[in-house]
Amino acid sequence: MTAKSDLPQGTLDLLILKIAALGPIHGYAIAQRLQQVSRDVVQVPQGSLYPALHRLENRGLLAADWKETETGREAKFYHLTRKGRAQLETEAASWRRLIEAVSLILRMSEGGAE
Amino acid sequence: MTWWHRLWRRKQIDEQLDKELRFHLDRHAADLIARGRPLEQATREARLALGGPEQVKEECRDARGTRWLEDLLQDFRYTLRTLRQKPGFAAVTLSTLALGIGATTVMFTVINGVLLKPLAYPEPERLVTLHRHTEKYGDWWGVSYPNFLDCQRESRSLTPMAAWSYGGGTVSEPGEAEYVAGRQISSGLFSVYGVALLRGRAFLPEEDRPGAAPVVIISYGLWQRRYSGSRSAIGSPLGFDGKSYTVVGIAPAGFRLDGDADVFTPLGQNTEVRMRNREANFIHVVARLGPGVTLAEAQAELALIGRRLAEQYPKANAASGLQAQPLRQDLVGDVRPTLWLLLGAVSLVLLIACVNIASLLLARAVSRERELAMRVALGAGRGRLVRQCLTESAVLGICGGALGVLLAAIGIRPFVVFWPGSLPRAEEIRLDWHVLLFALSASLCSGLLFGLAPALRASARELEQCLRAGARTITGSSRRLHSGFVIAEIALAVVLLVAAGILGRTVLRLSSLDPGINIRNVLATHVSLSPGVLENPAQIRAAWSDVVDRARRVPGVQSVALTDIIPMRVGENGLGYWTTPAPPPPNQIPIALASSVTPDYLKVMGVPLRQGRFFNDHDRIDAEPVVVIDEVLAQHAFGGSEPVGKRLWVQALGPAKVVGVVGHVRHWGLASDDQAQVRDQIYYPFAQVPDHLMRLFSSFMSMAVRTSIQPLNVVEPLRRELRGATGDQTLYDVRTMEELASASLASQRFLMTLFGVFAGLALLLACIGIYGVLVYVTSQRVPEIGLRMALGASARNVIWHVLRQSLGMIFVGVGVGLATAAAAARLLQRLVAGVRSTEPLTFGIMISILVVAALFASFLPARRASRVDPMRALRQE
Repeated sequence: MTAKSDLPQGTLDLLILKIAALGPIHGYAIAQRLQQVSRDVVQVPQGSLYPALHRLENRGLLAADWKETETGREAKFYHLTRKGRAQLETEAASWRRLIEAVSLILRMSEGGAE
Repeated sequence: MTWWHRLWRRKQIDEQLDKELRFHLDRHAADLIARGRPLEQATREARLALGGPEQVKEECRDARGTRWLEDLLQDFRYTLRTLRQKPGFAAVTLSTLALGIGATTVMFTVINGVLLKPLAYPEPERLVTLHRHTEKYGDWWGVSYPNFLDCQRESRSLTPMAAWSYGGGTVSEPGEAEYVAGRQISSGLFSVYGVALLRGRAFLPEEDRPGAAPVVIISYGLWQRRYSGSRSAIGSPLGFDGKSYTVVGIAPAGFRLDGDADVFTPLGQNTEVRMRNREANFIHVVARLGPGVTLAEAQAELALIGRRLAEQYPKANAASGLQAQPLRQDLVGDVRPTLWLLLGAVSLVLLIACVNIASLLLARAVSRERELAMRVALGAGRGRLVRQCLTESAVLGICGGALGVLLAAIGIRPFVVFWPGSLPRAEEIRLDWHVLLFALSASLCSGLLFGLAPALRASARELEQCLRAGARTITGSSRRLHSGFVIAEIALAVVLLVAAGILGRTVLRLSSLDPGINIRNVLATHVSLSPGVLENPAQIRAAWSDVVDRARRVPGVQSVALTDIIPMRVGENGLGYWTTPAPPPPNQIPIALASSVTPDYLKVMGVPLRQGRFFNDHDRIDAEPVVVIDEVLAQHAFGGSEPVGKRLWVQALGPAKVVGVVGHVRHWGLASDDQAQVRDQIYYPFAQVPDHLMRLFSSFMSMAVRTSIQPLNVVEPLRRELRGATGDQTLYDVRTMEELASASLASQRFLMTLFGVFAGLALLLACIGIYGVLVYVTSQRVPEIGLRMALGASARNVIWHVLRQSLGMIFVGVGVGLATAAAAARLLQRLVAGVRSTEPLTFGIMISILVVAALFASFLPARRASRVDPMRALRQE
């Protein structure tokens, strides 16, 4: 088995959906974008990127077309489906709720320690 | 894209995946080169970043969600390929399995049709039958007509309720005179069953009374036969038993109460004395549970009604009550245990077949160990290997099951026809989706059963040990597993063999029993008098003596007698009796089988006279009433004292003088008579049957004829001679006594045959199993045997060595099997009349057969092992 991503379970899907929401994009670019945007904090093992992409495509959250890139080669470009957009919104919302809740708890426990 | 699409276009999808990953690698490498890495290093780094491309691809394939299907397809193809490579193995496993599943499916089809399928009426589970329950004899009685009427009127929970009784007769118009079976039914009968008539209408309540216009409902069969299915049949006349009836309805095809009947007449129009007699319990009652009423509530109400009837009419109803039971139970009767017993037996055969196949598969799996280890080394997951093994056995199971269903489809009809007597609901036995579902699950379960051991083995093996050890050694665990299989097979075979042996001995023992009569050259037949004479008792008597005279004149006939019941044939007449003027309390009255006969009965049947005399022509209606008793009743009623000359009070006959004692006749059949509840027997002269019962008796009198030639040869001359003056006197249900005696053992013989076949199969399978395992084990041990021989062991030593191993397995198997067989024998004793479970000789014989056969099966591989060339064997290592 390949090494697991450092990301919490399920976050990789959310991040991929978010990046694909910005416009059609191929797998390599997604990997690059993830690394850049997170300022190298998020290290996605590239090996687990493609299975995730295929899984999302399979669930109908992403759709893919073969298009020419700027260099003239054919690449598989992923874009968000309507279902994917809905999923992104609910997941992002629940993610934010989770973060707020977790940081609230963290702050409280700091207060308790003082 | 649907999963189907993805499955279908997986090749294209794989190519695209490859292209996508190549693009990724190239772009990454290009980026690295742009940052100044040399080409080779860039390619390498890009590859490392992505991980093994094949692994990524595998995970992507997994992510597609059709992976399991693809694997299944792959395993499936692989299985077919391996099966094709080993046609012998495939043929043996598939035919074994087809036999096992086929036999099990046949039994299940019968059970499904007879026991499980709901009756073909609306809301069949609400249909019940009513029985009179007596403290002494359980509930084997019908109900009397007056009691039925009271019950019908008073019951709130069982509505509607209806009654019927037997009543056949001669149909004389339209067409030739012919005896047909009939039923007398009350007006609500068809609505109880919820069955609509095919044409016309059911009886009206006002037609269900004495003196109403004679109307009749005819069966679909009779309608086709006599009216060629014409519409004009309704309203046309039907001559039946000397009266002209108007046809008002036609019953739907296949409608039956019990047995086929062609004519239905209104029960209430019957004017016989017994219709008013509260003690004559000859009425069958069916009813439907009212809306929302449970069986228990109905029982409670019936108990109440029964108590009231017992208080009001203590003479007839004391010590008895009323009980309802589901109609299906009543219809199916006593075949239930037999059917389950047979299903149990075939399941054992199937189980042995599975064990056999499991050991074959295991042998193959062991020899494929290196292949499996190689697959693991190449990256196959353990789960994947287990799945592959299970797929293989599932494919085997399903193929075998399909063949089995085919066998069952062919075999089911012959099986039903072969069934002794008539199987209830036989017309409903057919392959339907319940049966197919059963066959499918049986196949899959078998597949799982015999695939599990090899599959678990595949996952549990230590990889490198296996690769290192090579395929030539056999480990202790697999040897133990093999021995376990052989032991299981032998144990199961012991159970079936002992059961078959016990049944065989039972049939032998029972057939040698003395039936109490001389069954050779005796013909028994029902006689239906000319309907014209039935109105006048004197004419009836004359007609009967004419029948006897005419029959005597037929060449080949030695003696002729009339009787109302024929031993070992369906039909009985139980009457209470006592020896003092005052009757004992009703629940303590003993019951005897009463039979009215003519003087030559003893001569015809060959019943021995023990004391006194039998009847003669002086025992007439105006003479002193006399009876003859059998030795069983003599013992019960009079103990050691002399019975001849004593008085006996018999229910419905009054006091009579005992004039003789005769031998006991096994009326209930060779097998069942010893266990029967009513064994006492009384004979009384037919001539002393009172006038008012003459007509009733005439409807069930039979004639018994002793012949000097083959009895079936006198049937046609008898028929011709007995046609009578008006040509409408008929014979029906003609049987020889030998047929009846043999039929009374039919169910034992049938079970014995089936168990014999099953046991034979089991023995064969067990021998094949032993043979296969030993061939395999010895071939794995060739180097060891070679070494032994090189060290001085003789061929005989080697044979003994192998045989000792198989003897060990055989004896453990026999030991396990014996305990189970003893339990099975007790079960047989409970379910099959005449079986004794303690037969050490049978156990001994059957087990010796098994041990000899098993030793023979192991001798061949043992001899082969002894011919191993030590040099060659050692070099193999």
